[in-house]
Amino acid sequence: MSFINYLISGISLGSIYAIIALGYTMVYGIAKMLNFAHGDVIMVGAFTVYTVSRTMGMNPIIGVLLSVVVCTVLGMLIERVAYKPLRGASSPLAVLITAIGVSYLLQNLALLIFGSTPVSFTSVIPWKGISLAGGKLNISGVTIVTIVACIIIMAGLTSFIRHSKAGQAMLAVSEDKGAAQLMGINVNGTIALTFAIGSALAALAGVLLCSAYPSLTPYTGAMPGIKAFVAAVFGGIGSVPGAMIGGILLGIIENLSKAYISQQLSDAIVFAVLIVVLLIKPTGIMGKNIQEKV
Amino acid sequence: MSGSPDFKEDTKMKKFKKALSLMLAAAMVLSLAACGGSDKGGSKDEAKSSGEEVFKIGGIGPITGANASYGLGVKNGAQIAVDEINAAGGINGYKVEYKFEDDVTDNEKSVHAYNTLKDWGMQLLMGSTTSTCSITVSAKSSADNMFQLTPSGSAVDCVATDNAFQVCFTDPNQGVRSAQYIAEHKMATKIAGIYDSSDTYSSGIWTSFKKEAANQGIEIVAEGAFTADNKTDFSVQLQQAKDAGAEMVFMPIYFTEAALILAQADAMGFAPQFVGCDGMDGILTVKNFDTSLAEGLVLLTPFAATAEDELTQKYVETYKKNYNEIPNQFSADAYDAIYIMKAAIEKADLKPSDGVSAICDGMKAVMTEINVKGLTSDEEGMTWTEGGEVSKAPKAAVIKNGEYVMAQ
Repeated sequence: MSFINYLISGISLGSIYAIIALGYTMVYGIAKMLNFAHGDVIMVGAFTVYTVSRTMGMNPIIGVLLSVVVCTVLGMLIERVAYKPLRGASSPLAVLITAIGVSYLLQNLALLIFGSTPVSFTSVIPWKGISLAGGKLNISGVTIVTIVACIIIMAGLTSFIRHSKAGQAMLAVSEDKGAAQLMGINVNGTIALTFAIGSALAALAGVLLCSAYPSLTPYTGAMPGIKAFVAAVFGGIGSVPGAMIGGILLGIIENLSKAYISQQLSDAIVFAVLIVVLLIKPTGIMGKNIQEKV
Repeated sequence: MSGSPDFKEDTKMKKFKKALSLMLAAAMVLSLAACGGSDKGGSKDEAKSSGEEVFKIGGIGPITGANASYGLGVKNGAQIAVDEINAAGGINGYKVEYKFEDDVTDNEKSVHAYNTLKDWGMQLLMGSTTSTCSITVSAKSSADNMFQLTPSGSAVDCVATDNAFQVCFTDPNQGVRSAQYIAEHKMATKIAGIYDSSDTYSSGIWTSFKKEAANQGIEIVAEGAFTADNKTDFSVQLQQAKDAGAEMVFMPIYFTEAALILAQADAMGFAPQFVGCDGMDGILTVKNFDTSLAEGLVLLTPFAATAEDELTQKYVETYKKNYNEIPNQFSADAYDAIYIMKAAIEKADLKPSDGVSAICDGMKAVMTEINVKGLTSDEEGMTWTEGGEVSKAPKAAVIKNGEYVMAQ
């Protein structure tokens, strides 16, 4: 029974990684850049919900919706101000360094506004969850909502890319920016849209992350951001299902190695698995699936 | 023409490299200059300060960052003691000047803070607030032979140098005392532990607790560890404790993680007795924290603001008036630290013009002879060993209705 408990909490943790990883992987697939500020957008999302629902006393659902809006705008703003002017830069390093700069900027802004004292985040999901097998198997409401949200997002995103015009444009831009532009696709608009979607997902991930682990500081997004980046590489960076699989696998491996091997070595084991996977399959698990690449 | 863009690319790259190497070189020169500068400034100011007739006490701790509540407590607690002493005529007739520097719980910044205070003319150091910073600074202070008293640095290595003393229990002492306290009060026999293996404070307490638990007939049924990089998800540790049938979860960790553990245990329907050490102090100050989760939590801490003795009452009142907050244990440690310094200076009959090194030698000699009654001790008071460790009776507090209450 414990095993099932560990597995479920692993999937739940992995689902959050997966939602964050989607943002990384989409941006990489299209703009060919690593947006290291992505983790901090998560933190902004969580702080927005906190501010709206606690300080202003509004319904948490409104908070979630507002945080999606705030993060979407923030993501597009970051892209417009910090990344777009560097798109023609000779070195890909320039935009990478800028991304790290934006990450620090967001952290320090949050530090200025909210201070460093950790804030206890009230879960937006009041549902206590279900208890099976006479109390031996407890699945919290947050866990269920997280897993379900992850599946819905994944399905929605895949069908958006496959069936909508904008999604097709994304595919085209990711394959060949120059050719896509010649075919009349608005490349800048498509990239902005990608950032918007990625950041909206980051807002949701922030809410779910802080509902499951209710402590919020300006650094909350940093570590999950790095783990999600690993998940994206693990699954094959640039691939949507890859990010999903990578994220969930990462969560499961992390939790099971904590439970059965060593709690202190769990991070080391996660990264060791990543190295092994990359040695065997350098493009990641789903790396070759170019059809799904966005 | 096809060659020219490439050529351009090349010069750009070269320019970039050149700029980068110039920047690196500049950074190196600057950092070297900074090192040299601070050393020189330090010795000069030392000479200058010995001519002035005030005791200059410096304090170091995190007043920003995740552990800000510790440093703020230390800063304010010491300030109250300094104000009281100055109002009562100072130490040996000399007034006390006090200055506090932030270190953000960062070793390097702690040394910076130490250098800044030395430039200011510090003669006595009250700090650092946290263990690892305190250890780092003690390497510098022992080279300068500056008296160092850490209010709350609890690692054994904090007092490894002969100029360093501490106000709170050492980690092993705290672990041993905790196990004894739990056994004495028959609180539980099946205990699970959750500790931070990447932190000297936490793992220090846990190691000695585990050893002493065996002597006390306490069974450790589960052992959960986490690290600084992996401290949000405790579901596995709690699940193992629950499966092992633990009646009590002992958490020698800081309150930030403890708040998460309490919330996650509640979510999975696990409700054992939770026990923490002095790092747990502050859990009630976490913004938006549901204090009902901490109901019944026992803290093995030497100070509770609700204690009814006169000294505590007066201190809490002043603290509330000045800082609009209820003081934590760190502030009490710092308050005591200033009075300990006062007691030692008076015993050794020192004056500010003796200079940093002579003051330190004088105080070292009398530290083992003094007995100080303070906020963090009982009627028996505190005494020190030659090694710098404090000896005092342990106390425990329980959280009742969202407040710390001294356990009987």
